[in-house]
Amino acid sequence: MRGITKTFPGVVALRDVNLQVQAGEIHAVVGENGAGKSTLMKVLSGVYPHGSYDGRIVFDGQERRFGGIADSERLGIIIIHQELALVPLLSIAENIFLGNERARGGVIDWFESFRATQALLKKVGLKAQPTTLVTDLGVGQQQLVEIAKALSKEVRLMILDEPTASLNETDSDALLALLLELKSHGIACILISHKLNEVAKVADTVTVIRDGSTVATLDARAGPVPEREVVRLMVGREMADRYPQRTRQVGEVVFEVDDWRVHHPDHHDRLFIKGVSFRARRGEIVGIAGLMGAGRTEFAMSVFGHSWGHRISGAVRMHGKPVDISRVDRAVAHGLAYVTEDRKALGLVLEDSIAHNVTLANLRAVSAAGVIDAEREYAVAGEYRRKLAIRCAGVAQPVVNLSGGNQQKVVLAKWLFAEPEVLILDEPTRGIDVGAKFEIYTLMAELAAAGKCIVMISSEMPELLGLCDRIVVMNEGRFIAEYDAAEASQERIMHAIVADGHH
Amino acid sequence: MRSSPTGTIDPRPAGASRYAGYLKANLRDYGMLLSLIAIMVFFQVVTDGTLMQPLNLTNLVLQNSYIVIMALGMLLVIVAGHIDLSVGSVCGFIGALAAVLMVQYDWHFLPATLVCVAAGAAIGAAQGWFIAFFKIPSFIVTLAGMLVFKGLALALLQGQSVGPFPGGFQLLSSGFIPDLFNGETLRITSLAIGLAVAAAMVVAELRQRARQRAHGIDNEPTPFFFAKLALFAALIVGFSWVMASYRGLPNVLIVMTLLMLLYDFVTMRTTIGRRIYALGGNEKAARLSGVNTRWLTFGTFVNMGVLAAVAGLVFAARLNTATPKAGQGFELDVIAACFIGGASASGGVGKVLGAVIGALVMGVMNNGMSILGIGIDYQQVIKGGVLLAAVFVDVYNRNKA
Repeated sequence: MRGITKTFPGVVALRDVNLQVQAGEIHAVVGENGAGKSTLMKVLSGVYPHGSYDGRIVFDGQERRFGGIADSERLGIIIIHQELALVPLLSIAENIFLGNERARGGVIDWFESFRATQALLKKVGLKAQPTTLVTDLGVGQQQLVEIAKALSKEVRLMILDEPTASLNETDSDALLALLLELKSHGIACILISHKLNEVAKVADTVTVIRDGSTVATLDARAGPVPEREVVRLMVGREMADRYPQRTRQVGEVVFEVDDWRVHHPDHHDRLFIKGVSFRARRGEIVGIAGLMGAGRTEFAMSVFGHSWGHRISGAVRMHGKPVDISRVDRAVAHGLAYVTEDRKALGLVLEDSIAHNVTLANLRAVSAAGVIDAEREYAVAGEYRRKLAIRCAGVAQPVVNLSGGNQQKVVLAKWLFAEPEVLILDEPTRGIDVGAKFEIYTLMAELAAAGKCIVMISSEMPELLGLCDRIVVMNEGRFIAEYDAAEASQERIMHAIVADGHH
Repeated sequence: MRSSPTGTIDPRPAGASRYAGYLKANLRDYGMLLSLIAIMVFFQVVTDGTLMQPLNLTNLVLQNSYIVIMALGMLLVIVAGHIDLSVGSVCGFIGALAAVLMVQYDWHFLPATLVCVAAGAAIGAAQGWFIAFFKIPSFIVTLAGMLVFKGLALALLQGQSVGPFPGGFQLLSSGFIPDLFNGETLRITSLAIGLAVAAAMVVAELRQRARQRAHGIDNEPTPFFFAKLALFAALIVGFSWVMASYRGLPNVLIVMTLLMLLYDFVTMRTTIGRRIYALGGNEKAARLSGVNTRWLTFGTFVNMGVLAAVAGLVFAARLNTATPKAGQGFELDVIAACFIGGASASGGVGKVLGAVIGALVMGVMNNGMSILGIGIDYQQVIKGGVLLAAVFVDVYNRNKA
């Protein structure tokens, strides 16, 4: 790709970007959120057709003008988006050959479809039947189905946008191994990732993009490029520390949950959260560690206005007094806030403006007698835009156009404006770049210093260890261990989980 | 002292391109208005001026008032992410109920009207209950409601037309506001009201603009603002002039205008309105932000029921009888009005004024084509085409942007 420039109304998303990928290499593209990585890939794959950008795309020595995604796919350029594009209620085989059915005269040859699917699943290392419904697979397995689907189309250049964002460590490693395997078969791969350790593991070349321009292309064949160097190029400054300095000032217990029991909403007899108790103190950051499906999100959501689950029992106390948190508005009124793991589906009204999203959880503060004071609302949104450094054209801009990190800041702004005492953050840095992560960590540290209770659910152990005063470990709906910051370590936490699985 | 500007103004290119950019970004709002004017001018020309004659303009208002009234409620329902197919039947059923109470049981029109509106609320509540609390798709619930109330209207009237209504009740539709000055050829009160409304609008708009400017909130470029303001003021004054030269402003126009202003205010300025948009935009996010989505959904249907009842009363008063066929097909006109007016079928998007303009577009077309002598057959074909074209242009522009 040579000299690619792409503008959106009012914003230059890409400015004269160059990217060169050799056959059979893994080329990592890194950059902060909003740097333009996804836009670049959309240009390459024909989502933005020829004519909507400046510059040239050359593939196999020939200039290509893609009118749409079908044109690029014909050449074997296949993009796998961050949000998976599978039909949940169709089987693996049906998904793999969707739009590309093994059929004669419109009649599907199931025998051939299943045979081909089995071969593909073997290639990607997924042990599942072709007839299994996609909805019954885990996220990591779904990712493998996406790759199998790409392989079914004789892929030559595969683009993966944050493929490991929602995978646990085991699945991530398997995926990276698969990429190396594909590379040995001559398939080139563009890997967009925030996880620099993964990039270091597999990439042959690393291109850093910042503010819509290529900053550097680094050769990693001889050995991985130092992480520090990459981070410096990404953010344009040296990052002294990945976590802000904190002084511990833990006060009295503010938030207590006792004997909390929640049943599964679909299988009413299944006890999912099994009588847990939890405390959070003033000025404290408490981490909840655990594997996927351990029940961390379910615990948080059931406490926050009974938003998840069925037949919920147990007591919640704020400052020692029992409180009714059985509806979201009541939970908010008692000082709880919950920042969801899935910001697009659960956190934001995407088509609506930044200002409207920021005030949604606390409209009362910008209204009198039910009438919204638009000036006050804009003032509030402008204030949070400045405080959280939300990068946008203006607070009237719809949040759908913002990058992941900035969307997350809007969700945070919404909950900060609701003035909670206890802020529960569920995977607050998922899919967010290094710079924005640091900003969010800093914010959490400031809030704790201001006397709030912060509860952080995270699957990234380094951030739990780097930030929390105390870490509790959850497994299969129970808290199984608790460590003080000083005594916690990745090994201890993993050991606790593994040991719990044995009895 | 007010605080310094805290909102933000985009850095924008100066001059003509800036205006073009603004126009493009707000094509939806301006486009609606311009197409209504274009349609009116078109029919004014091809009907040799019949369209804008005082008598016809008065009829136009009377004929479309009930569609406009229901479109206000339907817009909220659609913005909340639902649909209501039962409004035509409910409209007819309430008309029948009114006739039975007033004609067969000789009730005074005031208590009868109250009972009818309450019945509308109850109907909306019944349907909203299934939709909001049991998550049954509104399409199905209101499809059932459409059949049920169509049948009940027939049963209530026993297949007969019932009328006429008492005189007091008829004034709802056929009455005009009294003229205090006994104007012979011109109803001065009506004209004065028109002038006062136009003046009030100008003052309110100027004040709001000044306040927004003071807070640095982005608003439309000056030439557009004044052009639009002048256009609206001229339309209101011109309209009331024409109406005043016939019998003055109809009572139902006053009712309709007040409702329109009320709903515009509710949707644009109140927390309830904001929450309905959030509900339609992303129900889960709204619920996790503390919005009581069930009661809100329920409320939009109760509101729809009330407005359908009001529309049913207006329609019955206009015909001066209740017939078993009253209200049939209204739901289609009402829903079409909302979509022509820019509402999105997936919820979260739409404006009250858009729906009103949409209703007027349909109304002017109905009226204009009838004057031209186009049969009911091709009228429907043309209306269908206009609905599709309006939504197509809207969606096409959005995808391009």
